[in-house]
Amino acid sequence: MDKVIIAENLSLSYKEFESIISKANFSIDAGSFVFITGASGSGKSTLLKSFYGAITPRAGSLMVGGVKMNKISTSKLNFLRRHIGVVFQDYKLIKEWTIEKNVMLPLIISGYTKDVSGAQVQKLLGHVKLIHQAGKYPPELSGGEQQRVAMARALAHNPILILADEPTGNLDEYSSQVIWNLLEGANSQLKTTIVVVTHHIPSEITVPYKHFHIELGNIHEVS
Amino acid sequence: MKSLKNHISLIVALFTVLFAVQIYVAVDRTIAAYETRLKNDYSIIVVSNKTFTPVEFKAMDNLVERSEAIATDQVLNRLQGEMTKQNLDLLKLTLPKFYRLYLNRFPTPSEIGKLQKRLQKNPAIVRVEGYAQTHDTVYKLMLLFKDVVQVFSIAIAAVTSLLILKEMRLWQFQHSDRMSIMALFGAPMWLRSAVLFRLAIVDAIIATIVLCLAFFVIDQYGWMDVLLQTVGIKIQLFNFLNDGVRSLLIALGVAIALTLTIVIGNEEEE
Repeated sequence: MDKVIIAENLSLSYKEFESIISKANFSIDAGSFVFITGASGSGKSTLLKSFYGAITPRAGSLMVGGVKMNKISTSKLNFLRRHIGVVFQDYKLIKEWTIEKNVMLPLIISGYTKDVSGAQVQKLLGHVKLIHQAGKYPPELSGGEQQRVAMARALAHNPILILADEPTGNLDEYSSQVIWNLLEGANSQLKTTIVVVTHHIPSEITVPYKHFHIELGNIHEVS
Repeated sequence: MKSLKNHISLIVALFTVLFAVQIYVAVDRTIAAYETRLKNDYSIIVVSNKTFTPVEFKAMDNLVERSEAIATDQVLNRLQGEMTKQNLDLLKLTLPKFYRLYLNRFPTPSEIGKLQKRLQKNPAIVRVEGYAQTHDTVYKLMLLFKDVVQVFSIAIAAVTSLLILKEMRLWQFQHSDRMSIMALFGAPMWLRSAVLFRLAIVDAIIATIVLCLAFFVIDQYGWMDVLLQTVGIKIQLFNFLNDGVRSLLIALGVAIALTLTIVIGNEEEE
């Protein structure tokens, strides 16, 4: 099976002598659903950041989608990011843009025509049950609704990989259910690889998944 | 409101740069017009023992545009009653020839000096009067004024460029969230910064329009024309086609260059 992410002796840190992840070896298969758990400050989010190039490995090697992340050029990184969907705990929506335009962002970046991207956005807003909010701005929506918008945005360009950092951290039950359903749907129907960083694995998950746990900078496979 | 304030700051700064440049251009035009006036009024007097043709004078120095002989008949006619015809004829024969030399441009004081020396090398020329001193003072004052305006314009351009740079940093700060989110989804630099460039271009166009309006008002009131006419100069302070296009290009150039400086200098934020 193809590997989407391969880490060999991967070390991550923000400061020179302070390793957050040290000499990690793991791989993630294409089309799999993966949970990465760990205590607060264990380095889960840092690891996720390294997958989309927001942090560069200090040592070892990391390959994402066949691209070596160690000394990646800006153009290559941009190219890779155009094939990844990211869901952040703090949503990271553009406040000055409407919900519709926020969802359209990855399609604008990838250069899709207005017709194609418009149709895709309508479909996704329907999936996240926010079609009636399309013309509103993020501050006008609740946290749960904003996260659903972020989820729709992450799916908009049919990415090969979706990275989600605590996607349901502060959400109500309904919004959480919508998010998990969408992630499961993308994984089972579109064979999108899903990597979710979370404190606890939700009980609603019905698809088979792989579980990595981070403790004291070490990553080990739980199941 | 805040956004409007930011726009006005950049428009005012760009307008100041354009106004400084236009004032320099206007001063340059004024001095050029004054030089033409000086050139038309200015001539050198040459006294010689023999007759010279205009071609001969031109051959002596290429600064000479044309020459004309100064008629002595009027002076001699005045002496007719006081002198005998014999003496008058003798005087006519011994009287030197006077010429007025017109130059093809107004010379610098050193050029006048060189021209005088070159003319005096000819043994037949006994005297050359340049009247350089009289013209020199006014001309030097005007050149000094031009230099002062130039320094002043450069200083204004430098200070306002710094202000624009600061303003754009503020813009960038305001748009940094959006730019960093776009970066997370792989937007190239030009797409992330498109809004900054769009704002800069719009403000450059507005600043140029304001400049055109300002010079239109100055032109309508005509007080500059009156001032210039007192020193015998008539110039076009602002040519709406040439100066307008040049100002637009300068405004766009400054705005885009400074936006690029900000964008390139900015490290991608996480």
